[in-house]
Amino acid sequence: MSEGRSNAARFLPLAIFFALALLLAAGVWLSRNPNREALPSPLIDKPAPQFTLPVLHEPGRTVTLADLRGAPFVLNVWGSWCPSCRDEHPVLTRFAETKRVRMVGFNWKDERADALRWLDQFGNPYWLVIADIEGKSAIDWGIYGAPETFLVDANGVIRWKHVGPLTDALIQGELVPALDAIDPQGRKGSR
Amino acid sequence: MFPELGQLALVCALLVAAVQGVLPLAGAQRGRMAWMAVARPAAYLQLGLVGLAFAILSHAFATQDFSLRYVAQNSNTLLPMVYRYTAVWGAHEGSLLLWALILAAWTAAVARFSRRLPMPVIARVLGVMGLVAVGFLAFLLFTSNPFERLLPAAVEGRDLNPLLQDPGMIIHPPMLYLGYVGFSVPFAFAIAALLDGQVDTRWLRWTRPWTNVAWGFLTCGIALGSWWAYYELGWGGWWFWDPVENASFMPWLAGAALLHSQAVTEKRGSFRGWTLLLAIATFSLSLLGTFLVRSGVLTSVHAFAADPTRGLFILMFLGAVVGGSLLLYALRAPNENDGAPFAAASRETLLLANNLLLSTACAMVLIGTLYPLLADALSLGKISVGPPYFALLFTVLMAPLVALVPFGPLTKWQREQASRPFAMLVPWAGLAVGVGIAAFFLAPQGAWKVAAGLLGATWVVAGTLRFLWTRVRSQGNRFTAEMLGMTLAHAGIAVFLVGALLVEGLAQQRELPLAPGQSVTLGDRTFAFDGVVHREGPNYIADRGTVRILDGNDRLVTTLHPEKRRYASGGQVMTEAGIAAGFLGDAYVALGEPLGGDAWAVRVHRKPFVRWIWLGAALMGLGGFVTATDKRFRRTGVTA
Repeated sequence: MSEGRSNAARFLPLAIFFALALLLAAGVWLSRNPNREALPSPLIDKPAPQFTLPVLHEPGRTVTLADLRGAPFVLNVWGSWCPSCRDEHPVLTRFAETKRVRMVGFNWKDERADALRWLDQFGNPYWLVIADIEGKSAIDWGIYGAPETFLVDANGVIRWKHVGPLTDALIQGELVPALDAIDPQGRKGSR
Repeated sequence: MFPELGQLALVCALLVAAVQGVLPLAGAQRGRMAWMAVARPAAYLQLGLVGLAFAILSHAFATQDFSLRYVAQNSNTLLPMVYRYTAVWGAHEGSLLLWALILAAWTAAVARFSRRLPMPVIARVLGVMGLVAVGFLAFLLFTSNPFERLLPAAVEGRDLNPLLQDPGMIIHPPMLYLGYVGFSVPFAFAIAALLDGQVDTRWLRWTRPWTNVAWGFLTCGIALGSWWAYYELGWGGWWFWDPVENASFMPWLAGAALLHSQAVTEKRGSFRGWTLLLAIATFSLSLLGTFLVRSGVLTSVHAFAADPTRGLFILMFLGAVVGGSLLLYALRAPNENDGAPFAAASRETLLLANNLLLSTACAMVLIGTLYPLLADALSLGKISVGPPYFALLFTVLMAPLVALVPFGPLTKWQREQASRPFAMLVPWAGLAVGVGIAAFFLAPQGAWKVAAGLLGATWVVAGTLRFLWTRVRSQGNRFTAEMLGMTLAHAGIAVFLVGALLVEGLAQQRELPLAPGQSVTLGDRTFAFDGVVHREGPNYIADRGTVRILDGNDRLVTTLHPEKRRYASGGQVMTEAGIAAGFLGDAYVALGEPLGGDAWAVRVHRKPFVRWIWLGAALMGLGGFVTATDKRFRRTGVTA
C-alpha cells in the first residue's frame, strides 16, 4: 500500500452498511414474535360463516352454525393426513381435559375411515367432529392450511384465530385470555 | 445410515472450508508456499464432500425417507419422480445446501482454471471463498440441518409446495444461485487485491469472464422467475416488485455496473475504487438477498419465519463479510486518480454515468424494499411500498441510461470531440423520434407507453447497429467476442423495452362470468368457453376448462385448457393458466371461481409482445456468456 491517506469518503460505504445492519437487526428483533405480521383475519369480530356439515361419527346427522350457538366453542381444523396436527394433538388433548370450552373438530378433506382410525389411535379430544370432505365450507372460513383454530363466541362471532399448530404457551397466553374476555362465567370451570 | 453419512460429509466440508479459509490466507501474508498450496486440494475436497451430502439428500427424497424431517415436510408418496429431485431445493434447508454446493463448484472451477495466476493471488482468492463457505456450512449445520431425523418417522410426507411443482421452478433456483454465488469470484478477487495492496489489471482481466458468466446466469434466473410468475400465479403479471424479486434484482443492477466498471479498470486503469466497491457491493447484495429471503424478516408469512436464530446468524455473517470488506476497503482502497486521465467528453465519463445510474437504481430498490421494515422498526405502522414507487423511480433512472447506451461504444476512450458521436447518431435519433410519434398516434390505447417503448427500442437498436457498421467498415476482421457480447446485451435492452412497455400499454383483460357456449372477444381474438370437466392428476384433482381461441374470421387458432388444481396433500388450490403463446403476443385464460350451474368466473387477457420481455433478458444473459468467451481474457501478457 503506497499511501495511507484515509479520507472520510472511503468510510462512507461502511457507515451506510452499519446503518443498514442496525435496521436489519431491528428486523430480526421484531421477527422474534412470529405473529408480528400475521394480518388479522378479515373474519375476526365478524359472524362466523354459515355451514351445514355432517357429523363424522354419525354421517346421517348434520350440524349447522345455529346448533352451536349459546356458548362459545373452539373450532380446530385438522386432517389425518396432516403431520402437524399430530404434533398438536397432545396439546389439544391437555386443553380439552380442562373442560374450559367446547372443542369442535373440523375434519378437513379427509377420508371418513382414516379420520375415525386417527381418533381411535390417538384419542378424541373433541366434543363434536364435523366433516368437510370436499372443503367447500373451509373456503368460507378462509382456511388455507391445517391445523388452524378459531374461537367463536356464544353469538356465533369469531373472536380469535390461529394458523398453525397450537402450543401450551399460545393457549395460555392468547386463547384463554380471549375466552375469559367473552365468557367470564366459564372461568369457574362450570362446563 | 445414509443421512448420518451426509451429515458427516457436511461436518468434514466445514472443517475443510475452515482450513481453506485460514491457511492459504496466512500463507500469502507470510510468504509460505506450502500453506498456500493447501488451497487447491482443499477446494476440490470441499466440492466432493458437499456434493456427497447433496447426493445423499437427493437419494433420501428419491426413496421417500420420511424419517428425515426435511423430506417429510417437502415430499409426499404421490409426488412425481422428477419433483422429488427438485424438492431437494424446495425449501429452506435444501436451498442452502444447493447454495453451498454451487459455491463449492465455483471454488473448484477457480482452482482449476487459475493456473496462470501467481500463487499468492490464487491462495487469497480461494481463501476468501473458503471463509464464505465456512459461514454457509456453519449456518446449514447449526440452524438448518437438512439431515435432522424425525422420531417417530412420518408415515406420509406433507408434500412439496404446489407452487413449486412446475418445470420453470426446477431450474429457476439453481440459475439464480449460480449468479449469486458466481459474484463471490470478483468479490474474492477484490478482497485479495485489497489485502495485497495493488489492483493488478492482469488479474482483473482474468476475473472479468467470471463476472460476466455470473451475471448471465443471474439474468436467466430472474427471467425464469418472471416467466414462472406469469403463467403460474394466474393473473398475467410478469414483475411484482415484491421483496423476493427485489432481492435478486439488486445484485443484478450492481452486477451490471460492476461488469462495465471492470472493463474500464482493465483497459484504462481508471475506476479502481469503483470496481472494488462494486465487486464488494454485488456479492454483499447477493448475501443480503439470501438474508431477506431466508431470515423471514420481510416475508414472515413463510414457514421459515418462526426461527429468529436463523435471522440473527445470517445477520452476523453478513456483518462479518460485508463490514469486514468495507473496512478493508476504507483502509486500503487505492487512489481514484491512479488510472489514465480522461476528459469530460470520453467513454470513461459515459461509463461513470452508467455506474452512477445503475447504483442509484439499486439503492432505490433497496430503500423501497427495506422501507416497510424501517417503518415497522420505528413503529410508524405497517407500510407496503408498491409498484407505483418502484415503477416511477425506475423509469426516471433508466430513461437517461437508455438514452446514453448508443453513445458508449461509439465514444473514444480518454478524449472525444463531443460532436463526433452526436453527428453519427443524429439521423438515428431522428428515426427513433419518428417511430415514437407514429406509434403515439397509431396506438389504440396506452399511447405514451407504446411510444416510449418503440422510441427507446429503435434508438438503442439503431445506435447499436451504427456501432456494428463502424466496426465492420473500419477494422473488418477485428470484431471480438467482447464486442459481440456487448452488442447482444444492448440489443437485449431494446427487445426488453418493446416487451415491457408494449405489454403495459396494449394489454387487454376482462374478468367475467361465462357459461358453456358463451364467448368473449378481445381485439381480434374470440375466447369461446366450452365448460369445465373434472380431471385427476398424479397428486391433485383438477377442474379443467376448455376455451377455444378463434381469430377474426371465426377460424380456430388453438384450444386452451386452464385448470384449477387442488393438491391432495394440503388442499392447496393452484391456478394453471391456459396460454396461447405467440411471438407477437399471448392469449391468456385463467379460471376463477365456479359460479353455480356450469358457469365460471373466467379471466381472459391479451398480452401483446409479452414474450419479448424474456427474449430481451435472454439476449442480455447471452451477451454476458459470449463476452466471457473472449480470447483476450485468457492471455496473460500485458497489452495496451
